[in-house]
Amino acid sequence: MSTLAESATAQPLHLGRVRWIGFRTIVRREYHRIIRIWTQTILPSAVTQALYFAIFGSLLGGRVGPMGGFGYMQYIAPGLIMMAVNINSYSNVVSSFYGAKWGKHVEELLVSPLPSWLIVSGYVAGGLVRGFLVGIAVTGVSLLFTHLHVQHPLIIAGAVILTSMSFALGGFLNALFAKNFDQVNIVPTFVLTPLNYFGGVFYSVALLPHWAQAISYFNPILYMINAFRYGFLGVSDVNVAVAFAIMGGAAMVLFVAAILLMDRGYGIRD
Amino acid sequence: MNALSVRGLTKTYKNGVQALKGIDLEVEQGDFFALLGPNGAGKTTLIGIVTSLVTKTAGEARVFGHDIDRELESAKACIGVVPQELNFNMFESPETIVVNQAGFYGIARPEARRRAERYLKQLQLWDKRDKAARGLSGGMKRRLMIARALMHEPRLLILDEPTAGVDIEIRRSMWDFLREINRRGTTIILTTHYLEEAETLCRNIAIIDGGRIVERDRMSSLLRRLHTETFVLNANAPLAAPPRLEGFPVRLVDEQTLEVDVSKEQNLNDLFGRLSQLGIEVVSMRNKVNRLEEIFMRLVDKGVAA
Repeated sequence: MSTLAESATAQPLHLGRVRWIGFRTIVRREYHRIIRIWTQTILPSAVTQALYFAIFGSLLGGRVGPMGGFGYMQYIAPGLIMMAVNINSYSNVVSSFYGAKWGKHVEELLVSPLPSWLIVSGYVAGGLVRGFLVGIAVTGVSLLFTHLHVQHPLIIAGAVILTSMSFALGGFLNALFAKNFDQVNIVPTFVLTPLNYFGGVFYSVALLPHWAQAISYFNPILYMINAFRYGFLGVSDVNVAVAFAIMGGAAMVLFVAAILLMDRGYGIRD
Repeated sequence: MNALSVRGLTKTYKNGVQALKGIDLEVEQGDFFALLGPNGAGKTTLIGIVTSLVTKTAGEARVFGHDIDRELESAKACIGVVPQELNFNMFESPETIVVNQAGFYGIARPEARRRAERYLKQLQLWDKRDKAARGLSGGMKRRLMIARALMHEPRLLILDEPTAGVDIEIRRSMWDFLREINRRGTTIILTTHYLEEAETLCRNIAIIDGGRIVERDRMSSLLRRLHTETFVLNANAPLAAPPRLEGFPVRLVDEQTLEVDVSKEQNLNDLFGRLSQLGIEVVSMRNKVNRLEEIFMRLVDKGVAA
């Protein structure tokens, strides 16, 4: 066991070890936060999912008829799961990191020897964990209402990871820019939810008039939902390779932006 | 080697306030160093730059030789900081807070748990280790921040007003704890508004005012510079009028209390000899104002006048 006297002399800094343990500590802290407040982090999505299925699937879905060659509930299930994953990945990081800023305990990380890219990665991993846990919960709820056939598991996994990463990074940037809690809630409510709804969760864009289809193709969530849906059903409104290029590009651009802003101390350092 | 070396450090905030105007400062390894100054003098900005919470405008800073521009991670690994404001997650328990902090410095969980037990016990927080931190008293929260700062056993511990709002009994136990840490090799930089605290604990001192270092000396040398001290004496019997003591200005505060000015050239034996000749027996004595406080006020007032 080391003592203060020993530590008062120079010790070599094993950066790789410090970073690995530091990263694990951030992720573990995020995981415990998600579990500690599971009624706020996991339960609402499962309940909302059940309501979507009950209303759109059972009550209205019967009148809508098949879509893309599948029953309506089967068709909307992947989109609903993906919507829950992306909103929760975003919400987790924006609320956790902004909460740390607001409560000043972000300083625990800022004074530590962990570099910006690792702090960003830790929070993004926390967002992935929540997206994954919520994804499992809502998939479980979906299975109560419909059958899900997995056609391309790697595409499902890739779409979930890249989408969750992109949204977690979006949440991180939102938290850096936010100056109060109102600014934390604005984007999920007024941007993400409408983009999800217009991103083909409930319908195929092929049903839209041409001008609406053209606009829809500018919505990145359309590509995320369709790639994910393709993994389950084997049908998509977009080219899956293009969808992966957009998801990967978005994650990379957002990651670089988050690191640059962190390094400059935007929103966190005077 | 210097624990901290700062050269030409300046900081201008976005609102145009120049908080530091070219600070040069060195703190030797193993020192217990006081950094004093009035509110807004630049102490917290200086600490913020060294700990990377504030971005400097110009100048350089080294921590145990590690330049914060080139070897930031190594520099930060040497520092433990106890900030002025509470900055831990109020919903987490003390044990979680300190174990996580150790993790941010690359200390594996089994060792982090051992250290958590050691420091939480030493700072009398072990019984509260599982409670949410928001339920701790003010003094406990301050001690929790000290325990957290020690988890990675830093070579340089920076304490920014660590005993603010802490009652005298706990403050003194914290003094003993900090003395022991310093004795075991940790360099300590302390900012405080309790000048008695700085005088009691610190060997060297810098006074910062208006973004500049206005004094840097050994504590003992600085205190010797005080030209006149005022002592408050309590007599064993009531006095009708202030006694006439040649060379010693005397004031009667109440019927049993005297204030006497003693200059550096005079000595207290003479004073007591004259009081004895007049049949006045002194039962207790104290400085009217803390000696460091007197010097501090003069230096800071001079800075304001300039």
